[in-house]
Amino acid sequence: MNVGWSFLIFLVLLLIPWVGVGVLGLQGLFAIVIPYVCFLVFVIGLIYRILNWAKSPQPFKIPTTCGQQKSLPWIKYSRLESPFNTFEVVLRMVLEVLFFRSLFRNLRADLQGKKLIYGSAKWLWLGAILFHWSFLIILIRHLRLFTNPVPSVIQFLDYMDSFIHSFGVPPVYITDILIIAGLSFLLLRRLVDAKVSYISHGSDYFPLFLILGIVITGVLMRYNLKVDVYAIKQLTLGLATFKPVVPEVKIGTIFYVHLFLVSVLAAYFPFSKLAHMIGVFFSPTRNMPNNNRADMHVNPWNYPVKHLTYAEWQERFREPMENAGIPIDEEAEKEEHEWYTIYGPNKNLNL
Amino acid sequence: MYNAGKVIVFIVVLIVFFTIPMWLNFGRVEAIPQPELPKDKAKCIESKEYMRAYHMKLLDDWRKQAIRENKHVYVAKDGEKYFINLQKTCMKCHNNKEKFCDSCHNFVVTHPDCWSCHIAPEVAEKWQ
Repeated sequence: MNVGWSFLIFLVLLLIPWVGVGVLGLQGLFAIVIPYVCFLVFVIGLIYRILNWAKSPQPFKIPTTCGQQKSLPWIKYSRLESPFNTFEVVLRMVLEVLFFRSLFRNLRADLQGKKLIYGSAKWLWLGAILFHWSFLIILIRHLRLFTNPVPSVIQFLDYMDSFIHSFGVPPVYITDILIIAGLSFLLLRRLVDAKVSYISHGSDYFPLFLILGIVITGVLMRYNLKVDVYAIKQLTLGLATFKPVVPEVKIGTIFYVHLFLVSVLAAYFPFSKLAHMIGVFFSPTRNMPNNNRADMHVNPWNYPVKHLTYAEWQERFREPMENAGIPIDEEAEKEEHEWYTIYGPNKNLNL
Repeated sequence: MYNAGKVIVFIVVLIVFFTIPMWLNFGRVEAIPQPELPKDKAKCIESKEYMRAYHMKLLDDWRKQAIRENKHVYVAKDGEKYFINLQKTCMKCHNNKEKFCDSCHNFVVTHPDCWSCHIAPEVAEKWQ
């Protein structure tokens, strides 16, 4: 069911530019208006998510650790698994963001008879790393269409990515192959593995279909259904320099499908699971040092609590205490203090 | 907002990253080069739209046919026949590699490997 619905939505999204450009000829809408609007939604949506997360109070210090905590100086502690200061936290975050270190610990659980058995499972990590890194490189590589002159770094990246000339013209992009491999694995994993399939929602499948759609239209454009790259760069450069023009020459409809799917991805991004791009930086289990004993973490929504000192308490129960023979501490410190409710401070009342 | 300083830096970095095309073009954007078309010829061997999108595929097919299949005649869609040869057919009209081929290829950053075997007319002239 989940797969079916998200695939249906994906198909509808494919059809929209197909009809919009191929039949109705709305080039201006699909080439300029929709990309700009979706990009704006993307950036503003991300900022909205960031502010929302930044405003959420963090009541406890809850870093997840899996190593020796810093304690006595002669006990060696694990800097990465139980970071103590900001530098170690940054180090752990960098490894997490760039190399998905926690995913590397992913385990599989299988029943053998009545025994639950855990085993190593690096495939998810491998699929994820293939997909994410390829996606990043492809994103940066696309800057060749948005800049003129193209910075030499991007030219170099593009050249390195396409250095295998063995499979004809144009040379195949290595990241094209890797991202398809990664995405196929991530999708098949959800479809084939019953345990994962059971916990997969439509919102898990949809981004996979969407990104696979983007990749496949892009790959088709490069190797089969060729489009006029010169005209495309006129358009994309116009978008990047805020002087957008629809090129006079007709660009194949597949380009508009590609562009529309990218726009949809951008607009969908901040409001879906894909916002983990931002969320990873706001994970309290990752971005906090494990230094509870050295630094007190104050719950931000704490308010001063109504309390009695011992002297006041003793004063209140003096008689019953004396009657019961409980010793009275005459030297108990009598401090002046206010007491508070959540509605604000009040003067010390005679209790 | 908690950790306001860090969060604002984060937002700024993110915005700068996603508007990178704007910054890379800032103050150095160049005009789009126009490839110089042959003046005396009205049409190429196929339609303009087809050539603009598919010329690399056509040339790749030509290469396979000429070198591997020993076929040297190309029949265009309008029935006209052409000799399969980059230097003698294509570059007879498009006789300037720099002003025709390179102007677009450098603009969109492609790495055609025609010239590891073929010699452009202007280079050939230098050697003669």
